[in-house]
Amino acid sequence: MDKLLSNRVVFLSGDEALAQGAYEEGLRFAASYPGTPASEILEYLSCCKGVDAQWSVNEKVAFEVALGASIAGWRALYASKHVGINVAMDPLMTSAYTGVNAGFVVVTADDPGIHSSQNEQDNRFIAKFAKIPLIEPSSPAEAREFVKVALSLSEEFDTPVLFRLTTRIAHTKENMVIGARKDIPSREFRVDTEKYVMVPRNAYQRHIVLEEKLVRLQRYSENTLLNRMELKNKKIGFITGGVSYLYAREMYPDASFLKLGLGFPFPERKAKAFAARVKEVVVLEELEPFLEEQARTAGIRCKTKKASYRIGELRPEYIPDILGGKDKKEDPGRLRKPVMCPGCPHRAVFTVLKKLKTVVSGDIGCYTLGALPPMNSLHTCVCMGGGITIMDGMSRALGRNIAGVIGDSTFVHSGITGLINMVYNKAKGVVIILDNGTTAMTGNQPHPATGRTVKKEETARLRLEELCKACGVAAVDVIDPRNIKVLESGVKKRLEGDVLSVIIARAPCKLIDRTRTDVPSYQAQKCKKCYLCLEIDCPALIKEESGLIEINPLYCTGCGLCAQVCPFKAIGCGGKVFKNLR
Amino acid sequence: MNKKDIVNILFCGRGGQGVLAAAEVCGWAAVLSGFHVKKSEMHGMAQRGGSVESHLRFGKEVFSPLIPKGEADFIIPFDGEEFIRLKSFLKNNGVCLVDDLNRGKGALKGQGRYINVFLLGALSRYLSIDKQFWFEAIEIVFAGKNPRENKGVFLKGREQGGGTKGDAL
Ligand SMILES: Cc1ncc(C[n+]2csc(CCOP(=O)(O)OP(=O)(O)O)c2C)c(N)n1
Repeated sequence: MDKLLSNRVVFLSGDEALAQGAYEEGLRFAASYPGTPASEILEYLSCCKGVDAQWSVNEKVAFEVALGASIAGWRALYASKHVGINVAMDPLMTSAYTGVNAGFVVVTADDPGIHSSQNEQDNRFIAKFAKIPLIEPSSPAEAREFVKVALSLSEEFDTPVLFRLTTRIAHTKENMVIGARKDIPSREFRVDTEKYVMVPRNAYQRHIVLEEKLVRLQRYSENTLLNRMELKNKKIGFITGGVSYLYAREMYPDASFLKLGLGFPFPERKAKAFAARVKEVVVLEELEPFLEEQARTAGIRCKTKKASYRIGELRPEYIPDILGGKDKKEDPGRLRKPVMCPGCPHRAVFTVLKKLKTVVSGDIGCYTLGALPPMNSLHTCVCMGGGITIMDGMSRALGRNIAGVIGDSTFVHSGITGLINMVYNKAKGVVIILDNGTTAMTGNQPHPATGRTVKKEETARLRLEELCKACGVAAVDVIDPRNIKVLESGVKKRLEGDVLSVIIARAPCKLIDRTRTDVPSYQAQKCKKCYLCLEIDCPALIKEESGLIEINPLYCTGCGLCAQVCPFKAIGCGGKVFKNLR
Repeated sequence: MNKKDIVNILFCGRGGQGVLAAAEVCGWAAVLSGFHVKKSEMHGMAQRGGSVESHLRFGKEVFSPLIPKGEADFIIPFDGEEFIRLKSFLKNNGVCLVDDLNRGKGALKGQGRYINVFLLGALSRYLSIDKQFWFEAIEIVFAGKNPRENKGVFLKGREQGGGTKGDAL
């Protein structure tokens, strides 16, 4: 990265370009919690000199730390995926009242099309709900430029600014020329209880200030260059923003455009003036009719897109059908089913859970793949932390012990409070923490129980077993899941027990621990073709046309799970793996 | 080059096959040649063997980061099934490197993991990008690792590549 920074010609993703722009504009602080497609923002900033960057424990924490830095005088940035904003909602809503001191940009990276998320909520509504301005770039190069505007807008209007990317911008790379970092001194912090202490009387006054701010922001929105009119052929006029603008330009290069980089507050007068100059107005946007509703409120008559286009990602080839008032014709084809990596320690846990036939409340991470066939051993997945809390509610209503699984990063993010809640309210059952030492799903970021910071510095390591005991959990076991006999008897014992227990299934992620042991041997004459080995869904095992099994030595890590599940000892490990584990 | 003078290349395959690295090299080669470049990827579950695709577009000024359906000049498939899924992106007389994939697999034998560089070599026959820039891009993307192997395989692909016209598929 250093090499690229000094070269000035760079090929950056939307995430990286945004980070680079913020860095150039004197950013001093950044906090985030990993989440696709936002993770690369903080990863980039952690390599920038003069920026104090951190992976926080969760998004609420990240938001508050960043807000604190802004109040005390540093230009600050928060970044997360769209659903991360839900977790940060509490401080976000009230920070609109307090306002900021130094510039504070709140980045939300939305995921239309649900490439890697639990929903596709449209976070543009958050800006309207919280009454803060919304800035949306269309491309990586614009992300770099617009984030600079966002930082100064934040200071000028004393407000957090919501800055929205979507997957298609965050994960597109574009070449651009970058600039040097500006030297922006930190702002002085002054005690101002009426502004920063949101007790009812002060908050009421701040709400009045906020409404006044919105009126001024409305005027700004009418005049800013972020909202620009491009008049060409007057037959169709698109009101659009974000990546949708580029799709429309691709398909209708000669049309007229009102391109909105500041979608809230909506520039009503400008939009009306635009509408008056074109024959037909089309509001083109991905997901919800956010701009359309505002355009209609302003009295602009425009075409409504069919509700089918509120679902999923927009694509350039859909636009003619949108104009024609037709429903969406989608054929994404069948995407390949993702599987856990060869040697992944999660595989053993689900092999055991499947065998024990228990209900499993799940959570979000690589292990969510345990829900797919042939495992079928994870039965709920709603939000981070839910692995524990939803298990609690389910086991009460079912009247029996069940299991809940949660990754280590997710446990630290929002599992701990749920665990304390279970202890407090006398819940029972087995919580399994899948402790692979990393946040694997989002690209192997470290977390408190990893013992390293984003800058790869050593730090105090959170000890999960001590923490669970301190929460008051009666039984806490640490088990290496790679030995499934031990794991199975451990889980079985606790499921049949009469207390709340935590099993920490600890073995490193195979994307981090790249060690390999010998590929197991396969003796065809012993194979009874029962295919129990295929039930573990390992990409290294292939059923040949003859019905025999082949172990692909390129994929196999020698974890030995297939050998452990083979009842006929047709697959053998030469004893090596077992020896390690016993 | 197509009517808008934009080159559209679709790379597709599965996580772990080197699809994204190939698109990155080609993207850099286009950047170094002075084009405006946009490269978009879909890789939600890439590491876990899921479907991976990357849309690369370059020319004077690129708008959409996605190639509109039916406008890909080239498809570079790393996997037969993934190619079938995305075949409809290829334009009428577009070129698909599906034969080169098989040719490469045959030619590389023990060096199977260099298949992406072989395919880039085959692709390079069609593009007005200087050989020099390809080498430089390979250097940047692979951070200078295995330069001799990479260069050798690239040239092999450049010699042996043939491509298949879309209408023949
Ligand atoms: C509120 C929220 N924040 C972030 C994410 C992104 N995300 C998905 S899974 C995950 C954590 C994965 O780590 P871990 O729980 O340790 O499981 P692993 O993938 O390592 O098995 C994260 C951060 C999310 N889905 N929701």
